[in-house]
Amino acid sequence: MSEYIVELKNVTKRFPGVVAMRNMSLQIKPGEIHGLIGENGAGKSTLIKVLTGVHIPEEGEIYVDGKKVSFKSPNEATAEGIACVYQELNIVKLLSVTDNVFINKTIKKKGSILLDYPTMHEKAHEVMLSLGQDIDVKKECGTYGMGVQQMVEIAKAVLVDAKLIIMDEPTSSLGEKEVEQLMKTVRALKEKGIAILFVSHKLEELFELCDRVTVMRDGEHIMTKNIEELDNDSLINAMVGRTLDNQFPKIETTRGTEALRVEHLDSVGVLRDVSFTAYHGEILAFAGLVGAGRTETMRAIFGADPIDGGDIYINGEKVHITSPKQAIAHNIAFLTEDRKGQGLVLSQSVKVNLILSSMKSFKSGLFLSDKKMFDTAKANIADLKIKTPTEEEVVGQLSGGNQQKVVIGKWINTDADIYIFDEPTRGIDVGAKVEVYNIMNRLVSEGKCVIMVSSELPEIIGMADRVIVMREGRITGQLDKKTDAINQETIMKYAWGKVD
Amino acid sequence: MNSKTIKDALGKVAPLIALIILFIILSFLTDKFFTVNNMMNILKQTAVNGLISAAMLVVLITAGIDLSVGANAVVGACMMGMLKEMGITSAWVLIPACIVTCLFIGFMNGIMLTKMHLPHPFVSTLGMKNVLCGVALLVVSTKTIADFPDTVTFLGSYCFAKSDEQGGFTGFPLCFLVLFLIYIVYHFFLNKTALGRMIYCVGGNPDAARMSGINSDNVLIFVYSLSGFMCALAGITIVGRAGCANPNSAMSPYDTDAIASCIIGGASFMGGKGTIWGTLIGALMISTIRNGLTLLNASSAIQYIVVGLVIIAAVFIDVTRTRLEAKAKRLAAK
Repeated sequence: MSEYIVELKNVTKRFPGVVAMRNMSLQIKPGEIHGLIGENGAGKSTLIKVLTGVHIPEEGEIYVDGKKVSFKSPNEATAEGIACVYQELNIVKLLSVTDNVFINKTIKKKGSILLDYPTMHEKAHEVMLSLGQDIDVKKECGTYGMGVQQMVEIAKAVLVDAKLIIMDEPTSSLGEKEVEQLMKTVRALKEKGIAILFVSHKLEELFELCDRVTVMRDGEHIMTKNIEELDNDSLINAMVGRTLDNQFPKIETTRGTEALRVEHLDSVGVLRDVSFTAYHGEILAFAGLVGAGRTETMRAIFGADPIDGGDIYINGEKVHITSPKQAIAHNIAFLTEDRKGQGLVLSQSVKVNLILSSMKSFKSGLFLSDKKMFDTAKANIADLKIKTPTEEEVVGQLSGGNQQKVVIGKWINTDADIYIFDEPTRGIDVGAKVEVYNIMNRLVSEGKCVIMVSSELPEIIGMADRVIVMREGRITGQLDKKTDAINQETIMKYAWGKVD
Repeated sequence: MNSKTIKDALGKVAPLIALIILFIILSFLTDKFFTVNNMMNILKQTAVNGLISAAMLVVLITAGIDLSVGANAVVGACMMGMLKEMGITSAWVLIPACIVTCLFIGFMNGIMLTKMHLPHPFVSTLGMKNVLCGVALLVVSTKTIADFPDTVTFLGSYCFAKSDEQGGFTGFPLCFLVLFLIYIVYHFFLNKTALGRMIYCVGGNPDAARMSGINSDNVLIFVYSLSGFMCALAGITIVGRAGCANPNSAMSPYDTDAIASCIIGGASFMGGKGTIWGTLIGALMISTIRNGLTLLNASSAIQYIVVGLVIIAAVFIDVTRTRLEAKAKRLAAK
């Protein structure tokens, strides 16, 4: 038995025109939880794909359990005991849990071509139970939540006797409780001697879970250290290669007049009696667990989903909004949490996406004015520091942070008054996050009203003037920076409903 | 960056190069091909498919499909036939009747997709095609109606500068000129107007378009109605070219010819892509193949096979193109 279960030595992977990974070295010990972090584009995905045999590196060596290997396909990596739970799960939702668990490794009845379902169900139940999931494995996978579906993926890895399980951003789509369960499971796997490579954007998870952490930047290995030797600042410094003076560059503004007032908003089974007021010149944050009804509240205000009752007032006047188009006409902007699915037309250019919500204002006569569109796009790109070769570049080609800036630009061009930002920094790197915060700062200092829905507490604590906490479709608490302490405890107390 | 621009440009002119190569090959195979009059023939034969292809193109850009186009055009023609049988001969009645009928059918296709939430227009327009085949037979009692007034057949039959001598210049077809003018309008409509841009955006991502304040439903209803309008023009042209309205031709492969033209011209089943000039090249390609095969005395059986293969090849090129683009994107996203 070698000291390391998996070892990479000076591995380099090139793509036409770019070196995605340069001289990468990595050592993973048996039974350790090894964190891997880096900004978007730091080479984490490339590393994962090299380990799982999706990409074949040009240089360097890979050892599994001391034996030199060179994977030509994902199957070869699986055979050596390397499994991966990708961010986008490979679950067939219409098939049962058992079918999914055994998707590439069926059990047949003796001397027959027929599947031995009784045994398969039993084994599937057994393995799910060992992962803390006492569920009916005969049910369709789609009937269970994301947390369980992820466990099904982990079960697949356990069944092929994986020595190393790679988890790529496993908590990004899980609720708080599911994250806790996942952590428990990960620790249990560690007890069994399975090594975990835990890729995450969330520093607090790394501190809670990992034994050692490796930081990557620009396709290179920056450092690997025991978690005890690290803290937030040293990790961020290593990741961005510079000191971020302030992760949350909050500026002070004065609260202006009432911008948006919502009274008794109801949506059967989703929202109950939601009432709140947002003011000009302040950032109002919405906190809560995943599924607490924050996004649903915003969608209802924006006219994206129908409501069953309640009134909305803008600048004190009652309005009736039944479609996003009307909401935009009332100067509301809504940056959706699902950037690729609802924010951008990925196949279209940066320019077209920037004018998507304000197309009418670019008309001169019958036609759209090329000059106006070009000037605006140019101005947006400079103003928001969007990194793109030209304004004609297809948006799908940009990085996550730059795509997000395009969405912001799209809304700024509507000259909106109320900006709803739903998870504005999800999946974008630390540097881009600060730029997004600065844009929010600028908007409130111009007297706009900013509403931010966020699942990242540090972001809420760092940026919000006031916080509204939701739980199960209701508002359970309101916190004002001037009068209350806004911190992890006060917010979570309301989010979990533990208020006397 | 530079090699990318060259590649982009090559991708755009590739169909044109293919068309030129086809011309050269056919010129060698038969000396009847590359004559002025045969060129005029090809233009004439392009008109109907060109109009229907323009209908199909806009639908394809929205990631939809309209399989009822050919049957819709024939129903428009047969409506005029029915009215003519009832003794109405004024073009001022017949032509508007055709337009209103086809427009309504297109509108219904749009309603089925958006308001009745039928999953994919492939199924609903295929159903519509069958309904229309029946309607075409019904309105003219399965008869072929001929002897339309000149004012109706003018669009499909008139040729400029026609020589009176035997074997002289057969004239430049009005229908192709009209097609060309419509294509110019399309070019400006798709590229320079807000609605045109919205069509591409709805095709690229209907959810994002809606959340950006575009009324996706209305855009789609417009697109299918526009498809219906183009079918009306095609129906009028069909009557002029053939001199009659034949209900049985509702089953003719107008839809597949149109799809092939659009795909050859760079449109994609995934939506969000396609240009009107590419479609023109595609339509010319299809009529050139049909024309060449006829000149080479190929039987209709062979024609079916060849055009079928061209369609499969076009779709294959489309999916390969999409796959390569996705791969390039993946590499660039690293």
